[in-house]
Amino acid sequence: MQRCKARATFHPTTRDSLANDGRTDRVNPFRSTSGRTPVSRRSLLRGGLAAGGLGLAATTSGCGSALSAGLVGTQLNPGTVTFWNLFGGGDGARLLLMLDEYRRQQGSADSLVAATFAWGNPYYTKVSLATLGNKPPDVAVAHLTRATNLAAAGLLEPITEEMLGLVGLSSADFTQTAWEAGQFDGQAYAIPMDTHPWVLFYNTDVCEQAGLLGPDGKLAPIEGVEGWEAALTAAKETTGRYGAATASVADDSNSWRFVNTVYSQREGATPLMSEEGQEITMNDELMIDTLAAIQRWTETELMPRVVDTPGAETLLSQGESAFFMNGEWEITTLQSIEGLNFSMAAFPQLYENPAAHADSHAFILPRMDRDADQLERAMGFVHSLLEQGMTWAEGGHVPTYLPIFESEEYANLEPQADYAETATYASYDPAAWYSGSGSNFETVTGSQIGLVQQGLSTPEAAVASIRSQLETYARTANPL
Amino acid sequence: MSTATAATPTVTRNLKGTDSDRLRRSNKAWLFIAPFGFFYLCFLLGPSLYMFVASFFDTSIVKSGLGNFIGLENYTTLLSSSDFWSAMWHTLQFTLYTVPALVILSFVFAVLANRMQRGQTFWRLAFFTPYILPSAAISLIWVFIFTADTGLWASFQKLLGSDAPAPVLATPNLAMLGVAIATVWWTIGFNFILYLAGLQDIPRELYEAAAIDGATPWQQIRHLTIPLLNRTTTLVILLQIIASLKIFDQVYLMTSGGPGTSTETALVFITKTGFTDYRIGAAAAASFVLFVVILVIALARQLIERAQQKGA
Repeated sequence: MQRCKARATFHPTTRDSLANDGRTDRVNPFRSTSGRTPVSRRSLLRGGLAAGGLGLAATTSGCGSALSAGLVGTQLNPGTVTFWNLFGGGDGARLLLMLDEYRRQQGSADSLVAATFAWGNPYYTKVSLATLGNKPPDVAVAHLTRATNLAAAGLLEPITEEMLGLVGLSSADFTQTAWEAGQFDGQAYAIPMDTHPWVLFYNTDVCEQAGLLGPDGKLAPIEGVEGWEAALTAAKETTGRYGAATASVADDSNSWRFVNTVYSQREGATPLMSEEGQEITMNDELMIDTLAAIQRWTETELMPRVVDTPGAETLLSQGESAFFMNGEWEITTLQSIEGLNFSMAAFPQLYENPAAHADSHAFILPRMDRDADQLERAMGFVHSLLEQGMTWAEGGHVPTYLPIFESEEYANLEPQADYAETATYASYDPAAWYSGSGSNFETVTGSQIGLVQQGLSTPEAAVASIRSQLETYARTANPL
Repeated sequence: MSTATAATPTVTRNLKGTDSDRLRRSNKAWLFIAPFGFFYLCFLLGPSLYMFVASFFDTSIVKSGLGNFIGLENYTTLLSSSDFWSAMWHTLQFTLYTVPALVILSFVFAVLANRMQRGQTFWRLAFFTPYILPSAAISLIWVFIFTADTGLWASFQKLLGSDAPAPVLATPNLAMLGVAIATVWWTIGFNFILYLAGLQDIPRELYEAAAIDGATPWQQIRHLTIPLLNRTTTLVILLQIIASLKIFDQVYLMTSGGPGTSTETALVFITKTGFTDYRIGAAAAASFVLFVVILVIALARQLIERAQQKGA
């Protein structure tokens, strides 16, 4: 039988694609984060290429087995690992390097079929429907906050110690917070790949002028709300425009990440939902107070009222803002800006407890009948990518695979190692069937928070609206 | 009078043949219908029935079976949900943007093309070509055109002196307009062809007679063309309304319902509820409501057509 070349081909990484926003990866496609069109040309093209590649391979490579494989439900291409992911921008470029390395290790370009889909809800819909239709990929990527929902829906294969043992791994090889976040009903369903916290980027030149750097040339510690406001004021005096910038329009997820970071630092901050989302347990008072603080920063123009992510990045790179807040993945975009001296740090502790919003990427094995070979191949692929964790870490992500996380090489990786501690006090989205990265929950909370940042809504009105919208979801029977 | 009435049934009878003939023929007819009937049953009637039943259950796509019977709860939740109503409003908004443009522009272009003495084939082709493109292709083209800051449209606006043109597909109150423009460009060819066919059915003599009576070209259009194309217009409007209610592809591909939910139409809402949120029961209820709306409009079409026939 002829072997099918059903390998999706992508254009080689160019500097241009690295310079492209790492955002595409993270943006909820239902909201345009970037102020660009939500589905970027690149992602549309890439999707088209992937689909076209697969389609062409199936029809033109003289492969008569595709149809028969489909009809009798056998594997299309035995010996191949199929892998689905949602990485665009800088992450996507890095991933391609890692996938090529895997192919090289296997000694065959046919050893892997990888496809990249649009980030957020569309991706998880595809993974769910493919699994229900009994045609899932061997391995897929999921956010930990979404993986638990997929597990609750019965769409994932449990990850056991025996399975990890097939390739010499064990659950003890991973950061425990991340490992536990991938559990459902006491059973692991996800193999964490990284933690990606919301962090503080700073323009080194501006901070130096404003006297915000310590003797080591790194940002001097900022503590408490007063310390934060003093730093922003000093920065504002230097830049003449703003102290800090983060997106307030066209990126609901970012607005939520901002508030989750600050709110979670407060003593008495209860999760927004509990009982698997059936009960809204937000501490309204603290939330109102948190939003009021954020509104104070935008109203006094320590932070811009209306700006999207590219705009906020421009403020940082033009020296019109000393700080910029976003996920650490933006490092790739910022590194591509010539002449910009910047570094990164954990978002300062403004209240009683350290906390920062985060999520994790993880490998999942969608539910399907696997024979021993298939399982071992899938685990081998996961192992190969984990071992290449340094490549991934350069993109800003904090490794959760301890051999990489504890390595000297990572400890010396700057500025990545400077905020790695954040992973230990990460605050994930509260668990609910309508929650997780890029979910309805982030849309509901983020859109209201955005209005507060822009001064279009009061903290009280926003909290009331968030509560009432979430209660609609809480009342809806859990479909999982 | 009485002979005439008596004669008519005889003629019909002869045409139809004897009863056994008729039976044999209708058996054959069923045989011909069978292949289509099978697919119709499997992929339309069956699922529709399932949908109707599921709308009374809390069916989840990730659980087997229909789930628990919850009566009208899906409907009451749906009708009190602001998301559903805003999705219906966006559908209506899209309809209001596209239908007048598609009807009026296609009429104008058809009249113009019909007057071309030479190269009519070229114009027909020019207007019809976009219609044969798949929705993915037209979405890609218009996403390129509407790209923020660097796209064709933004560049054009900058040329006219706008410093920071609003990104069409990323601005809540412009995004639907962007989708509507793409749709008009895409589907105008279909209406154009219908109008052109209608125009060519109008006998030339009518225009000659009108010209002899001294009617200006505008009067000819106003008093001849428009009234004679009335039935085409009704058809075009109703087909267009129904097509607009089913709007999905362009929205999904161009904006994914965003920014926010500002372009989330009824079908995007249903897909999201059913496949992303796994709530098939709730999505079935929404589908059924949409089905009733489309049914009412289709019935209205029948009634209008009947009234027109009587009038004619």
